[in-house]
Amino acid sequence: MAKNLEALTSGQLTGKAAAKTNKTKRNNGKLKRVVLGSILPVILIVVWELLSRMGVFPSYQLPAPSVIFGTIVDMAQKGTLWGHIGITTYRVFAGFVLGTVVAIVLGSFVGFYRKAEQIFDPMIQAFRSIPSLAWVPLFILWMGIGETSKITMIAVGVFFPVYLNIVSGILGVDRKLIEVGRMYRLNTFQLVSRIILPASLPSFLVGLRSGLGLGWMFVVAAELMGASQGLGFLLVFGQNMTQPEVILASIILFAIIGKLSDWVLKIIEERSLHWQDRMVKS
Amino acid sequence: MSLELRNVSRTFDGKTAVQNISVSVKPGEIVGLLGTSGCGKSTLLRAISGLDNDYDGDIVINGDTTKGIHDTTGFIFQEPRLLPWLTVLDNVTFGLKGKKEEKEARARQYLESVGLSGNEHLYPRQLSGGMAQRVAIARALVTSPEILLLDEPFSALDAFTKMQLQDLLLDVWKTYQSTIVLVTHDIDEATYLCDRVIILRGQPGEIDREIIISDQRPRPRGSERLASYKAEILDSLDLNKR
Ligand SMILES: Nc1ncnc2c1ncn2[C@@H]1O[C@H](COP(=O)(O)OP(=O)(O)OP(=O)(O)O)[C@@H](O)[C@H]1O
Ligand SMILES: [Mg+2]
Repeated sequence: MAKNLEALTSGQLTGKAAAKTNKTKRNNGKLKRVVLGSILPVILIVVWELLSRMGVFPSYQLPAPSVIFGTIVDMAQKGTLWGHIGITTYRVFAGFVLGTVVAIVLGSFVGFYRKAEQIFDPMIQAFRSIPSLAWVPLFILWMGIGETSKITMIAVGVFFPVYLNIVSGILGVDRKLIEVGRMYRLNTFQLVSRIILPASLPSFLVGLRSGLGLGWMFVVAAELMGASQGLGFLLVFGQNMTQPEVILASIILFAIIGKLSDWVLKIIEERSLHWQDRMVKS
Repeated sequence: MSLELRNVSRTFDGKTAVQNISVSVKPGEIVGLLGTSGCGKSTLLRAISGLDNDYDGDIVINGDTTKGIHDTTGFIFQEPRLLPWLTVLDNVTFGLKGKKEEKEARARQYLESVGLSGNEHLYPRQLSGGMAQRVAIARALVTSPEILLLDEPFSALDAFTKMQLQDLLLDVWKTYQSTIVLVTHDIDEATYLCDRVIILRGQPGEIDREIIISDQRPRPRGSERLASYKAEILDSLDLNKR
């Protein structure tokens, strides 16, 4: 008996130890990836800094990384940075939500009802072939250069990828799984909530992520055409004042915030799609 | 629960898949459907299940001729068809109604009888093919269907798992006395499990003959008696060229 107990506890211990080494292994792997991924950018920045200091790049065209970084820190200390970041993020967020909501409503409608597909889809497909930026002048004409036109534009950009992915997600739900639901006599509402929605979730999330990416693209366009604040405004401002460091600072901030927001969606995706059987890259 | 097919035919876009099928299945009987590929076995099973209602003729379930899916029917598909976003346990409770604890207790009981206790929290992607098919079997059995339809349920499994699951099916049948219709390509399986084997032939498929196997269960696998039934079946399929 005692022997058994001993074996049991020691077994547990080794189990725990194994879990621990597993975890450190995983962390090591992550660290390795980060290190590998940073090699090129670090080299690039160092070379750039050196060449700038040596005067190879004229500073009025390509300032050194340290200068750009200084510009960002300076704006942060003066406090203007937060206003720019805040308003841009707000615009993207508002446009993203608006575009997504419309896409969900229209997309589910078109996905579920064949009639709706026949009515709406050809038109939406036709609109899709218009480059969304072409709407800009019209929106300004209609809604002025205020927030409304900017957010509408971003929403238009977000709408298409989300809509297309929702529709293809719903239409792509495996008929075989729907039959399982029917065998258990689910009604239409239960079929939708218990089978169609979860089955089309992966596609929906893909749509959300590419929609968000487009949202960031469109906020630049929206702010370029007229804004008094925002990261896009900084681009114009830097150009007008011939301050390339402001432009580059703005670009870098766009990259960081865009990446952060995508990262949030990616976490949501991983949380809600952990059941998926996906290829794991080694 | 009794099941009767009266002159059932099914035509797809002018092409008849099965015609004039009349079968009467007694409560608690195990009937095998055997036939070459494309002769309409799956078509027939889908008509019985109520998933397909565009057939001609009557299908009578316990005296009821209304088309559509009956509460008392369970279907084990050729593939597991598990919902990938649900755990094993949630997949098995999927078709159950009532309180959560009761549903789960019931599901656990059935998972145990398919030999999967301890795997309740795995997701379908973490299962082997045989495990997934056993979950599907548990999911169909947990509702205690009075009529159980199986479309080549074990065909994708290795010989050993297959035999285990055949015995499991017999266990369940013994306990619940379900009426079972089993589509299979495996003649040994048919002779091992069925009270009666119906052989479909031709395109459109028609009933060629019925072979009654009244031997006591459990039947010894590979026995001479089963072998003679097998020869008879092969003969009627014209596969036993002498
Ligand atoms: N949905 C469908 N639409 C058109 N034809 C169909 C459909 N389903 C089945 N058929 C036709 O009906 C015939 C019988 O098909 P069925 O799937 O019932 O064959 P089966 O006996 O189950 O064959 P197998 O043993 O290969 O599974 C085939 O000729 C097939 O082409
Ligand atoms: Mg078939």
